[in-house]
Amino acid sequence: MDRLEKPIEYLVRLCGWSSIISVAAIFIFIFREAAPVISKINFIEFFTSTEWHPSKHGEPGEYGALALIVGNFAVAGVAMVMAFPLGLGAAVFISEFASPKVRETLKIGIELLAAVPSIVWGFIGLTVISPLLVDHAGAEIGTNLLNGSIILALMSVPLIVSISEDALRAVPDSYREAGLALGANKWEMVARVLFPAAKNGLLAACMLGVGRAVGETMAVLLATGNTNQIPHSLIDPIKTLTATIASEMNDAARGEEHFQVLFLLGILLLVITCTINLIADLVIKGMKGKANA
Amino acid sequence: MHSQAQNPFGPTPYERKKERASLIAKVVTFVMSMALVIPMLLIIGLIFVKGWSVISVDYLWENPRGGGIAGGIWGPLIGTFFLTLTCLVIVAPVGVLAGIYLNEYAPDNRATRAIMIAVTSLAGVPSIVHALFGLGAFVVAMHMGKSLLAAACTLAVMTLPVIITSTREALAAVPRNFREACWNLGASKWQTIRTIVLPNSISGILTGVILVVSRAAGETAPIMLTGAAAYLPLPENMPDKLMPYYLGDQFLALAMHLNVIARDVPNMPTEMKFGSALVLLCLILLINSLAIIIRVQLRRRKRW
Amino acid sequence: MNTPAITSSILLADGVSSASTSSHQMNSPHLEFKNLSVSYGPKVALRQISIQVPKNTVLGIVGPANSGKSTLLKTINRTIDFISTARVEGSVALAGEEVTTMKNVYALRRRIGMVFPLPVGLPLTVYENVAFAPRRIGVHGKAELDEIVERCLRDSVLWDEVKDRLDMLGTKLSGGQQQRLTLARALSLSPEILCLDEFSIAIDPVTTMKIEDVLMQLKEKMTIILVTNLTQQARRMADHVAFLNDSELVEWGENEAMFNRPKKEITGRYLNGEFG
Repeated sequence: MDRLEKPIEYLVRLCGWSSIISVAAIFIFIFREAAPVISKINFIEFFTSTEWHPSKHGEPGEYGALALIVGNFAVAGVAMVMAFPLGLGAAVFISEFASPKVRETLKIGIELLAAVPSIVWGFIGLTVISPLLVDHAGAEIGTNLLNGSIILALMSVPLIVSISEDALRAVPDSYREAGLALGANKWEMVARVLFPAAKNGLLAACMLGVGRAVGETMAVLLATGNTNQIPHSLIDPIKTLTATIASEMNDAARGEEHFQVLFLLGILLLVITCTINLIADLVIKGMKGKANA
Repeated sequence: MHSQAQNPFGPTPYERKKERASLIAKVVTFVMSMALVIPMLLIIGLIFVKGWSVISVDYLWENPRGGGIAGGIWGPLIGTFFLTLTCLVIVAPVGVLAGIYLNEYAPDNRATRAIMIAVTSLAGVPSIVHALFGLGAFVVAMHMGKSLLAAACTLAVMTLPVIITSTREALAAVPRNFREACWNLGASKWQTIRTIVLPNSISGILTGVILVVSRAAGETAPIMLTGAAAYLPLPENMPDKLMPYYLGDQFLALAMHLNVIARDVPNMPTEMKFGSALVLLCLILLINSLAIIIRVQLRRRKRW
Repeated sequence: MNTPAITSSILLADGVSSASTSSHQMNSPHLEFKNLSVSYGPKVALRQISIQVPKNTVLGIVGPANSGKSTLLKTINRTIDFISTARVEGSVALAGEEVTTMKNVYALRRRIGMVFPLPVGLPLTVYENVAFAPRRIGVHGKAELDEIVERCLRDSVLWDEVKDRLDMLGTKLSGGQQQRLTLARALSLSPEILCLDEFSIAIDPVTTMKIEDVLMQLKEKMTIILVTNLTQQARRMADHVAFLNDSELVEWGENEAMFNRPKKEITGRYLNGEFG
């Protein structure tokens, strides 16, 4: 046994580094594919133009990603406007009002919902929400910004609820008792004591929800209409960075500019989501630091 | 009003006002919760109702025909199985050992904190970026081509943080003084892990493995660029039907199949679409329920 | 059995100690601390401790909380290594072998039985708890293991209570039973040194007295280091008594001398229960 001790420790150590190796490899290989186009592309056009016409048969293409970026943030933003208040309300109900049995049931339900694959959500957007929007919201095309937002809201709610609920339950009971003892009713106690005490955790929940919504691909691809334009109303169809990569990659061949630009979109997405997630992580750390103090 | 005020222990008007406010708060948040729960139940119910009619043994056992508008879903189903299995074979050992490293061996220093940040970041990488990575690294650079192996490797990288995090949590739930007691007896670090720590955290680790299965079986974006095909003619003769793909082949998968028939195929019968969605949904919910059952059992059968 | 292979190099390194360690095995101390200091970061836990423990005797270590008693035990079996901030200076010698630089710490720990104050039943059956360490060194024979388990459980006065349920989880025993199980485990490799850190804290007085009797018999086979809060327990059992206070060794000496004619006034006050 002592003979195996060292080899096993080396193996364990090597695997321990797997996550760092993976992250590094992701950056390296995506940059490697995007590299030829980085020196060629006009970044001002890339960030300010909405003209997205990939090159075909050797003709020069136009790559203005503004509408895609706007579309990406618009659908995620509208989704959060819907998901966050509802998610927060549900979290308050679960942590403050629900009986233990109801709490367990709801939490298991939320966990199961979080597991529903994004393609199923996209399918729901395409086949269930879309006709509803055409019939009742006056949309010409059922797959649009609002449809995508509703789907993304439903998708990110489980994450928001579970993180918010953790944050609320991390507030010591003494705070609640102190709030109630000072004459606040339960409603005021939640708003004036609980929310301020848990605000970092709630903020992190929102950030992680945004992170998830911005990076979501399949649901958005199916539900938002795949139209490259800056939306002027909630029922305009849009296109996102993620959906662009997913829908155009199979038409682009390696070595073409189009292929490389799609990897460039990948870099942009990676930077955006990493920033959001790292900020959320720091916010959570700040929360833990304060709880320990 | 007057008579109540005479009871010194009855609620004062102020207290009753507070009671009412609490009740309103409870009702409002309950309604908000239900505003989330009810639409979801309706949607899932709708998928059940609309998809139920096509579910049959034949539907599960027959390969798709005519680009997916006829036949069943056997090919995609078995493809998802082999994809998940391959992914698991790659990610489970690495992820579990990485979790062991982080909880049992890692010193408290900068390198370890960097690993933790990497795990968090990896979990936040969008699935389509994983797809690009898989395309650039496995399909192109490592010459795997679009194949089952390339897709499984891509999913393995994507699910790595899931298994690392859950393994680490499972190990951390074993009290430290068990380890110290073993070390005091002259047991080495690995002996302690093997004999005390792992046997007492195996259910938690298994839960993580199951969550990986659920993730891998449900993902579409990472496999659509790395090996999943929209449609393939598949062998119907017996032994090949059970194992229609090799590691180097393109393959069908249930999630990809749903993606294809949901939008691209003309003249697609609606109930066929709902049938595929229903099978995928049930599969994922069953897998996750298994994880939940194991966790509940674990909590009930505490060994200390 | 334990050839002190590296004794000579230690002697070269510590010329001063030659007087005590180079003499015959019989007269040399079984365990010797020399100028031992331990600090946790900026905090000093032990300052310049020097004690010699002859073979087959009981050393009682007494002193108030946080005086460094447990730290002293951790230096003997090198579990101090697990505290990343700990820094050890000076020397601990086991049968002439330097412990602080020893390569094979697993072999070292097998020679030293260690019982810490918090009872720890491993999440294994009672039987497997005791058989744990023997199995790790390759004892697999059923008869041999049975013999070890019964002997150790008898020595720790637990046998009668658990002999009919050896397949029960060790973690399900009561606190006092788990404490004795910990003792049984520590005895399972027949260690040459047995360290007990406030072993009686969770055990009733009657059982404590029984264990004390067993320990007095075990003294024939091993050297015992007994850290205790109960000065009367030290008085009953120890051949030598060391008094630690505020990380320093105030004084140490023979039992009778320490209790009746302490050199320092503070020792007398502590041993008579006037502070602590």
